[in-house]
Amino acid sequence: MDLSSINPILLIAAMIAAATPILLAAIGELVVERAGVLNLGVEGMMITGAVCGFIIAVNTGSPAMGFVAAAVGGAVLSLLFAFLTQVALANQVASGLALTLFGLGLSSLMGQSYVGIKPPRAEATPLGPLADIPIIGPIIFGHDLMVYIGLALVAGTWAVLKFTRMGLVLRAVGENHDAAHALGYKVKRIRTLAILFGGACAGLGGAYISLIRVPQWTEGMTAGVGWIALALVVFASWKPWRVLLGAYLFGGITQLQLNLQGAGVAIPVEYLAMSPYIVTIIVLVILSADKSRAPGSLGRTFHASG
Amino acid sequence: MKFTTLVASAALALGLAGGALADDPTKVGFVYVGPVGDGGWTYEHDQGRIAVEEEFGDAVETVFVENVAEGPDAERVMTQMALDGADLIFTTSFGFMDPTINVAQKFPDVKFEHATGYKRADNVSTYSARFYEGRAVQGHIAGKMTESNIVGYIASFPIPEVIRGINSAYLHASKVNPDVEFKIIWVYTWFDPAKEADAAKALIDQGADVVLQHTDSTAPQAAAQEAGNVMTFGQASDMAQYGPYPRVSSIIDNWAPYYIERTRAVMDGTWESVDTWDGIPTGMVEIGEITDAVPAEVKAEAEAMIEAMRTGEYHPFTGPINKQDGSAWLAEGEVADDGTLAGMNFYIEGVDGDIPQ
Repeated sequence: MDLSSINPILLIAAMIAAATPILLAAIGELVVERAGVLNLGVEGMMITGAVCGFIIAVNTGSPAMGFVAAAVGGAVLSLLFAFLTQVALANQVASGLALTLFGLGLSSLMGQSYVGIKPPRAEATPLGPLADIPIIGPIIFGHDLMVYIGLALVAGTWAVLKFTRMGLVLRAVGENHDAAHALGYKVKRIRTLAILFGGACAGLGGAYISLIRVPQWTEGMTAGVGWIALALVVFASWKPWRVLLGAYLFGGITQLQLNLQGAGVAIPVEYLAMSPYIVTIIVLVILSADKSRAPGSLGRTFHASG
Repeated sequence: MKFTTLVASAALALGLAGGALADDPTKVGFVYVGPVGDGGWTYEHDQGRIAVEEEFGDAVETVFVENVAEGPDAERVMTQMALDGADLIFTTSFGFMDPTINVAQKFPDVKFEHATGYKRADNVSTYSARFYEGRAVQGHIAGKMTESNIVGYIASFPIPEVIRGINSAYLHASKVNPDVEFKIIWVYTWFDPAKEADAAKALIDQGADVVLQHTDSTAPQAAAQEAGNVMTFGQASDMAQYGPYPRVSSIIDNWAPYYIERTRAVMDGTWESVDTWDGIPTGMVEIGEITDAVPAEVKAEAEAMIEAMRTGEYHPFTGPINKQDGSAWLAEGEVADDGTLAGMNFYIEGVDGDIPQ
C-alpha cells in the first residue's frame, strides 16, 4: 500500500469532474419532478447533449459554444417529451423510456463521423490570483467554468424554489395540479418550461462527459449516468442541496476507490467497487428520515377537464 | 442502466421478430455486449459479421443486437433470435456463457458459438483468441519504454482471460526491466468510457507513464493523449486514430476468417462443436503497426518476438515462472498447457495485489 502516491489535489479535481455530469442532470430532473413530471428520458437527453456539444465544439473550436449547443440539443429532445406528455397526454413513464431509446439511437447516428476526433480543450476558469493560492487555489479555483455553473444552478434552484413566487407556483403545480389549475395557473405551460430546463441541464451534463471528462465521442458513452441522476433525485428527497451532496459523494467515492485500487490498498476490490452506490444510498436514506415525500402530482397526467 | 438495456434489447428483439423472412437464407445472429461503434471489442466482432455478409451475399442474413447486458437479458435476446429462425448465433462476451448454454439446451437445432468461455455442448462451440501473445509484445515495449517504472493496467473483470493478459504483460515487462511495477485497477465493466477515462487518469496521476487497457472503448487513449506523456496500446481494435502517440501499437482481434468458416460449416452441414483457440499464427490475433514513437531497436525486438510466436518457436509462458506466492509453476523451458491457461486464476511472481474473488 502506498497512499503517498495519491495526489490529493489531482484526486479532488477528478472527484469534481466525476460528480459534475451527475449533478447537472440531477438538478434539472429535480426541477422537472418538482413540477410533477417524471421524465425517465434523462439518459437520452444526456447522450444527445453529449453528441450535440461535441459536434459544435469540434466545428467551432469553442467548448463554450459546444455547451450552449448541448443545452439546446437536450432541450429540443425534451420538447418531444413535453409534446407527448403535455399535449398528447401520453403516459410519462413510457414516453420517458422512449425518449432514452430515441436519444441513444439519434446520438449514435449523429456522432458517426465524429469517432476518434479530439475536441478543443476547455480551459480552467480565469480566476486570476485566486488560483495561485497554495493548496486551496487548485482545489477550489482551478476548475473549468461548468463546475461553477453546476454549483450556481444548485444554489439558484434552491433559492428560486424556496423564496420566489415562481418557485411557489412550480411547487404548487407539482403538489396538486388541479388546485393550481383552479387558481388560474397554466399547468401545462409551467410543466413544459420545467421539462425544457431539465432537458437543457441533462444536455450540459452529457456534454461535460464528452468534452471534459473523457474527452471524446463514443457511442453510448454516458453508460447509465442518467439513471444514476434519476435515482439520486429520489434519494435526495427532491431537495437541491442533497442532490449536490449525493452527486459529490457518488462522484467522489467513485474516484477515490479507483485511486485506492491503484495505490494497492488492502480492501477487497469488490467492496471498493460497490462503495459509491452503498455510501450514497446510506447517507441520503439517513438524511431523508425527515418525512420528505414526493411531489403529490408526480407522474400524473393533467387534463383541464379533470 | 439495467433497465435501459432491458428495454432496448426488448425493443430490438421485437424489431427482429418483424424481420423474419419466408425464403431461407442461412440466418446468423450476433449478440454484442457493447455498441458496434465502441471502436474496440464489439466493433471488431461487427467487422467479422460484415465480412460474413460480404462473403456469402444473399445466401446469409445476419442480425445483431448490441448493448446486451450480461445476465438474464442476454438469455432473452438469444431466445428471441432462435425463435426468429437463426441457424447460428455468436455470443461475443464472457458473461454470456451460462445464458448461451441455457438457451442452447432449449434449441438443439440451433448452433451456438460462445466467445472466450469454457462451457461447451453438442450445439455450443467456444472460440477465443490468444490475446496474451499480444500482451507479451505490449509488455516488452512497456518495460523498455517506461521511465517511471510504473505501468498502469485497466482491468475489467477478474476472469482468466484478463488475468492471463496481466501475467503475460508483466512477465515480459519485468524481463526487460526488473524494476517495473504494475498498478492494476479493476473497473468491473467492459464498456463505460467515463469510468475507463477516470481509471486511466487515476493511474496517470499515480505516476504511470504506460497504460494498458482491457476494456473496450478508446476513452483511456483520450485520457493519455490529454496527459501528453503517456503511452497506450490499442485494445481489440487498432485504435489507429490515437497513433502515432499515445497509441504506439495494438492488439487487433480478427474474427472474420473464423466467422466465415463457421458460417460455411453450418451451410454445408459440417458444423461440429469445437473449441478453437487461435492466436498470432493463424492471424486471429494481429499486432497493429508499431509506430515511430518506439525506438527502432525496441521495435525490432518486438517484431522478432511476434515472428517467433508466429512460427511457434516461442510461447509467452515459458518457464521458469513462479506463482505470486513464490511456488514453482513452470520449470526451466517448460511451456504452459492450455488447460492451466484457460482457467488461470493466479498472478505470477512479482505482480502486486490480490485478484478479486
